[in-house]
Amino acid sequence: MQPLAALASLWSSRRIPMSWLLLTRQPARLAVALAGISFAGILMFMQFGFRDGLFDASVTIHKLFDADLVLLSPRSSSSVSMAGFPRRRLVQTLADPDVAGITPVHWSLLLWRNPQTRATRSLLTLGFEPDDPLFTDPSLAAKSQVLTQRGRVLFDELSRPEFGPVAEWFRQGRQVESEISGKRVRVAGLVALGTSFGADGNLLTSSETYLSLLPDTPPGSIEVGLIRLRPGSDVAAVQRRLQAALPQDVRVYTKQGFINFEMNYWRDSTSIGFIFTLGAAMGFIVGCVIVYQILYSDVSDHLPEYATLMAMGYRLSTLLGVVAREGFFLAILGYLPAYAAGEGLYVLVRNATNLPVGMDTARAVLVFALILVMCMGSAALAMRRLADADPAEIF
Amino acid sequence: MSVDPLATATAPQQGGPSVALRGLSHWYGSGAMERQVLQGIDLEIHPGEVVLLTGPSGCGKTTLLTLVGALRQVQEGSVRVLGQELLDSNRRQRQRLRRQIGMIFQGHNLLGFLSAEQNVQMGSDLLPDLGYRARRDQAREWLRAVGLGDHLGKLPHDLSGGQKQRVAIARALASHPRLLLADEPTAALDSRSGREVVELLRGLAREQGCAVLMVTHDPRILDVADRLVRMEDGCLQEQEDMRPLVNATA
Ligand SMILES: Nc1ncnc2c1ncn2[C@@H]1O[C@H](COP(=O)(O)OP(=O)(O)OP(=O)(O)O)[C@@H](O)[C@H]1O
Ligand SMILES: [Mg+2]
Repeated sequence: MQPLAALASLWSSRRIPMSWLLLTRQPARLAVALAGISFAGILMFMQFGFRDGLFDASVTIHKLFDADLVLLSPRSSSSVSMAGFPRRRLVQTLADPDVAGITPVHWSLLLWRNPQTRATRSLLTLGFEPDDPLFTDPSLAAKSQVLTQRGRVLFDELSRPEFGPVAEWFRQGRQVESEISGKRVRVAGLVALGTSFGADGNLLTSSETYLSLLPDTPPGSIEVGLIRLRPGSDVAAVQRRLQAALPQDVRVYTKQGFINFEMNYWRDSTSIGFIFTLGAAMGFIVGCVIVYQILYSDVSDHLPEYATLMAMGYRLSTLLGVVAREGFFLAILGYLPAYAAGEGLYVLVRNATNLPVGMDTARAVLVFALILVMCMGSAALAMRRLADADPAEIF
Repeated sequence: MSVDPLATATAPQQGGPSVALRGLSHWYGSGAMERQVLQGIDLEIHPGEVVLLTGPSGCGKTTLLTLVGALRQVQEGSVRVLGQELLDSNRRQRQRLRRQIGMIFQGHNLLGFLSAEQNVQMGSDLLPDLGYRARRDQAREWLRAVGLGDHLGKLPHDLSGGQKQRVAIARALASHPRLLLADEPTAALDSRSGREVVELLRGLAREQGCAVLMVTHDPRILDVADRLVRMEDGCLQEQEDMRPLVNATA
């Protein structure tokens, strides 16, 4: 009962909620402040959402692979510029007792002709042995059997519509044929993978078909080597062991390392992170300016009233608290619509771009924290105006 | 409202006069701009006493009021208010003392964003150890006492000048002050409502045993005073004891 009694006494010792009344009895000013804060919040949600979505989207495919370790050429810099390495290296890893299985993968961006408009556009093409496991999704194993026939491909139904109504036609039972790099292929099935930053669409095919599409590929060269370990192996230890055993023409990544390798490329080698962070910073600054203006003019307009309260014996700290609470209420009231609008806009963006943009707790908290800093900082600056409230001047 | 002034004047005085000024001088500006506005003022006001201060414009009445009201730092001379010396006082001491002083300004100085009731509660909110409801009930009580029981929820903006000034009186009295300072409280009012407001003020202050120092130019309200003090060029000129007169009219 102790805390309840404390709560009750706290409740009964409450004062007139001046901050709340100041805000709500000036609805026009409140509306402007909330519009400014929400605008800043929405901008931050969008910019951070795009940024994280793009980074996240850059590894849509990477996350799907069934691998514990991944071999890449050191000359590969990202999914859009993959270099080959000798397939031999991947086979060599089988000598390690912890390695359970391997899958050599061909990887490149090839030009696909839209079967409807005849326009070409590049999409990510992966070539692998149809009997080897490629993705962790078990449904692929059955589908990939159709690839044993030459010239057959599995088309990613989540590819952007610019590649043509392939999935739609296929479902209608039509025979969908098109050209890749000028060679005829037939769609023999659909998979659901998702677009990524570097690839607007995806295609799976057998190594044999892949090599016929790209006859210039050096013999025995692959771009990615997937390595699966026995259950219970120490992934990091095997990684070190393999890296030490293999020559310098390959690099060994863990699966997460492979994902990070791709994200780091987009983060470091492009201005995406900077641009979107700058966009969010602009929102933050605009919000700060608006909230500061509002609170400053609010304090100025009520200076005689604050001076009256001081003359009545109210402490300066009480008055500072009024301004601080105004800032706090503004932060809460401004954040809610920003959050709601953010959710809505994410849905719009997802539908329009297939980018995996969504609200996540970390971002929701980050934006709230920024809005809180924005409002409380502005309130702190506006408080300096209170120093001008001189109770001696009010008679 | 007919309170015997002598009865309250002889009420138990805790530690002597409410206000005691000895040789109070005050200057504005500095260097070549320095101007003395108060010159060695001596004055005593006792609990329950109503003192009216008059004098020509610019003679220093408001300055005196702000010094007694602990709104301004005392420069020279002794100012004892409610037993506390204000010479060399710090901000915190003055702020604490102000809680025991009610102030009524020429403009009503109500908080425009609060209703009449909430404005008065800003006064009773200063009372320690009183629950929210108790403070609110007191605020309503005071508004009824000044005849505004039907206007509790109105914003100042919707009240007439006289009503606003009455809310200001209720607010000043709601913190149970032991000293009431008023600077031309009737300046914005017509003669009838001015008279009403001042009589109300005197009545309520006497019930509380509260000393009153009021600045006024209004000759029609001089008779509410126990004592009339005239100021000229920063000096107190004469002190007229009005008590016999008040008693005679009572
Ligand atoms: N803050 C200030 N700084 C400088 N001079 C001031 C200040 N306040 C008042 N004065 C001057 O001090 C003198 C006394 O002013 P004060 O306000 O006390 O007069 P008053 O008796 O209240 O006049 P009134 O009847 O017009 O209100 C005036 O000459 C005024 O110009
Ligand atoms: Mg004056």
